[in-house]
Amino acid sequence: MDDATISHLLITFGVLAGLLLVAPGLIWLERRLLALWQDRYGPNRAGPFGLLVVLADTLKLFFKEDWIPPFADKKVFVLAPAIVVITVLLSFVVIPFAPGIIVADMNIGLLFFLAMSSMGAYSIILGGWSSNNKYALLGSMRGAAQLISYEVFMGLSLMGVVLMTGSFSLIDIVEAQRYQWFIVPQFLGFVIFLIAGIAETHRLPFDIPEAESELIAGFHSEYSGMKFGLFFVGEYIGIMLISSMVTVLFLGGWYGPSFLPPLAWFIIKMFGFIFFFILLRASLPRPRYDQLMEFGWKILLPLSLLNLVVTGGIILWMNTH
Amino acid sequence: MKTTTNTTELLQLKFGEDTFTKQDARDKVTTLWLPLVKLREVLAYLKHDIDQPYALLFDITAIDERTRKFSPDYPSKNFTLVYCLFSFEQNAFLRLKVALHGEFPTVPSITKLWANANWYEREVFDMFGIRFDGHPFLRRLLMPETWKGNPLRKEHPARATEMGPFRLFPEKEEIEQSNLQFNPEAWGMASQSEDSDFMFLNIGPQHPGTHGVLRIVLQLDGEDIVDAVPDIGFHHRGAEKMAERQSWHTYIPYTDRVDYLGGVNNNLAYLLAVEELAGIQIPERAQVIRVMMCELFRIASHLVWYGTFAQDVGQLSPVFYMFTDREKIFDIVEAVCGGRMHPNWFRIGGVAQDLPIGWDKLVKEFIDYFPKRLKEYDDMVMRNSIFKSRTIGIGIFTKEEAIEWGVTGAGLRACGMAWDFRKERPYSGYEKFNFDVPVAHNGDCYDRAKVRVEEMRQSLRIIEQCWKHMPAGDYKADHALTTPPVKKHTMKDIETLITHFLGVSWGPVIPAGEAMSCIEATKGANSYYAISDGNTSPYRVRLRTPSFAHMQMIPYISKGYTVADLLSILGAMDYVLADIDR
Repeated sequence: MDDATISHLLITFGVLAGLLLVAPGLIWLERRLLALWQDRYGPNRAGPFGLLVVLADTLKLFFKEDWIPPFADKKVFVLAPAIVVITVLLSFVVIPFAPGIIVADMNIGLLFFLAMSSMGAYSIILGGWSSNNKYALLGSMRGAAQLISYEVFMGLSLMGVVLMTGSFSLIDIVEAQRYQWFIVPQFLGFVIFLIAGIAETHRLPFDIPEAESELIAGFHSEYSGMKFGLFFVGEYIGIMLISSMVTVLFLGGWYGPSFLPPLAWFIIKMFGFIFFFILLRASLPRPRYDQLMEFGWKILLPLSLLNLVVTGGIILWMNTH
Repeated sequence: MKTTTNTTELLQLKFGEDTFTKQDARDKVTTLWLPLVKLREVLAYLKHDIDQPYALLFDITAIDERTRKFSPDYPSKNFTLVYCLFSFEQNAFLRLKVALHGEFPTVPSITKLWANANWYEREVFDMFGIRFDGHPFLRRLLMPETWKGNPLRKEHPARATEMGPFRLFPEKEEIEQSNLQFNPEAWGMASQSEDSDFMFLNIGPQHPGTHGVLRIVLQLDGEDIVDAVPDIGFHHRGAEKMAERQSWHTYIPYTDRVDYLGGVNNNLAYLLAVEELAGIQIPERAQVIRVMMCELFRIASHLVWYGTFAQDVGQLSPVFYMFTDREKIFDIVEAVCGGRMHPNWFRIGGVAQDLPIGWDKLVKEFIDYFPKRLKEYDDMVMRNSIFKSRTIGIGIFTKEEAIEWGVTGAGLRACGMAWDFRKERPYSGYEKFNFDVPVAHNGDCYDRAKVRVEEMRQSLRIIEQCWKHMPAGDYKADHALTTPPVKKHTMKDIETLITHFLGVSWGPVIPAGEAMSCIEATKGANSYYAISDGNTSPYRVRLRTPSFAHMQMIPYISKGYTVADLLSILGAMDYVLADIDR
């Protein structure tokens, strides 16, 4: 094997290991942060700062009985949680963490990300459907509608960035932000993408497919043990994915003052958004399903179209003058 | 009292003088006996045709009279059916009694007259085996369908040891479970409409959004609620039956557990009835102490409601802040009563102990601390736009509907009716305090919340007045029937010693008679109707709880909304299951 192959393999497995290590860590981070904001302690007994609670949680999930309800559609029931993890992990293939640290630089990187996040919807639909449980069914119906709707605005909100860069490659997009981050010219796109991103990860305030106080646990009501764990890990990697995408698309990716290496800048920005995600969960109530839909189609869709048209118009005008 | 005599006269004028027999009740509530055949007519007349109508059907209950020590002129030998009405215009209760004959009597149903008679009649049927002719769905309400006997009949065993050990064989378990299977046809519900199949969804008995073992079966078209059937009774512990084998004194701790968030409010409602029967005047200090503790508990209860309501609409954090504040109240409660949620601290004739040294400092600290927090919560919850969009315009009912369904408390005040029993029929010295009755006008979930939030401020005002003007004096009345009994002279003469000994071991003998209390509890009008036949334990105690009436309204106000809205409606209602099921 030549050096290039080895370094490529190293990057690939490094990214994979990093994600799979950080995702459970996020459980700890979220619980500690929520506790901080809610005037309580959170996990603080196992290990320093309660860090080992991650280990305990993982062990618990691994050793729980692998139970499939007798009324469930067995094959699909097992398949569903795997889909969510696979699709979010695949999305990370196109994320440039720093110059040279990317698994595959595709010229359609952005489209690949959108495709993968659409695929993620299958996990919710199939999981809820195969559970053969009314709560799960309601949850997956809501989830399907929510994810498919917000997919639309998510894609549209990114087109401004694509127009300004002239490429779907994420590396090109980051490099186009060397002097000015896209959050400035594409602020509207940024806001819409962020909202759509939260909806895609179905986190509070958009946790309508789960909606604990209404649907118990929504689409994954019947899941337990490691299959439930996969939904969980999928959700946290999803948070990282959306945070990374925001960083790449609007916050200049790895760019930052040179006293820190590019990778550090990327991680700092990403975690900034992860914190924001958790803060949202600590502070906002949940809108009703139809209110969420209305908000999407009546406000976000026109706004993202407007953003696209205005951006396109300005670029055309600048090109002709 | 003038207006109430008018009612009697009106009735006698309309239906003839000898139709009614007047009974003198201790609590001065007009009590009239009437023959069964006239019942429906009289009730309809009282509801619709008099100038100041009795619009609210407050309660329906029954008394098993078969083992009672009678005064010779008592008109009922077997069962008595009691209808309790309330007129807001007259500010008066009216008690109508019907003597029933036979083992399992049948009476006409009044569900067509009052919507909320439905559950009350089902409860009487369940507890006494009295049948109601013309009731749309007469089946057990609180007890399981498989239960043998009617618990509040005197022949029904009152304690577990009389019933033999409980065993749940697999066959029995199967029968019980299949009994809980919901059968839409039995409720007259269609399984499909012209263009869609309905889904029947069990919310509960184990569900994070129901705050207890409540089951609501929803008939859903997509996520829209077509109809709902609340199934209650999972939390039923026979609080009324227990009273019949407890002494007047030892029943106090059981009352704590009815509205378990309301703490001493329950004690007060029960004791007001007992003290009325015993004819005990409460010293002023004891009254003010009682008021102060009641208001502290009102705030504590409202805080739990506030936090869980926010959580029901998906806001995770407020409940933690509010429980922290509730803990501060419990610090005071603990210092004063020793207990926390179930303080069991009021006694017949006063309270258990005097306030501890330093109570004023604790209370003052809370008075200074709490308003700031309330303001913060306003910003966090009440002014949050998502919270508003989840609650404004949801679960609306009007003043008329509220009265028809027996809604009291914040629910009634949220539809523009400034009715607070503390103001209108003051008890325990509430007339001496300055406080406002908060009102809102839209009758939706948001307004119910608004009223309760404001109520916390008013409660704090009352507490502050208690703190400022706590009178000196005794914390318990100097009366022979108080508990624990007066011990002052026991070591001086033998007669007093004997009386004291009996008073401690048997408990006080409360004079025969009946009395009803009605207080503004944390959730609405809570009333204890105590009947004594001159014994050491009550002959019958009836608990009229607010949550029961409110829960009955769920199908009516949730139709046409979505599942998510149902949680807003339930959250805004502020019920506890023990208050529904007793």
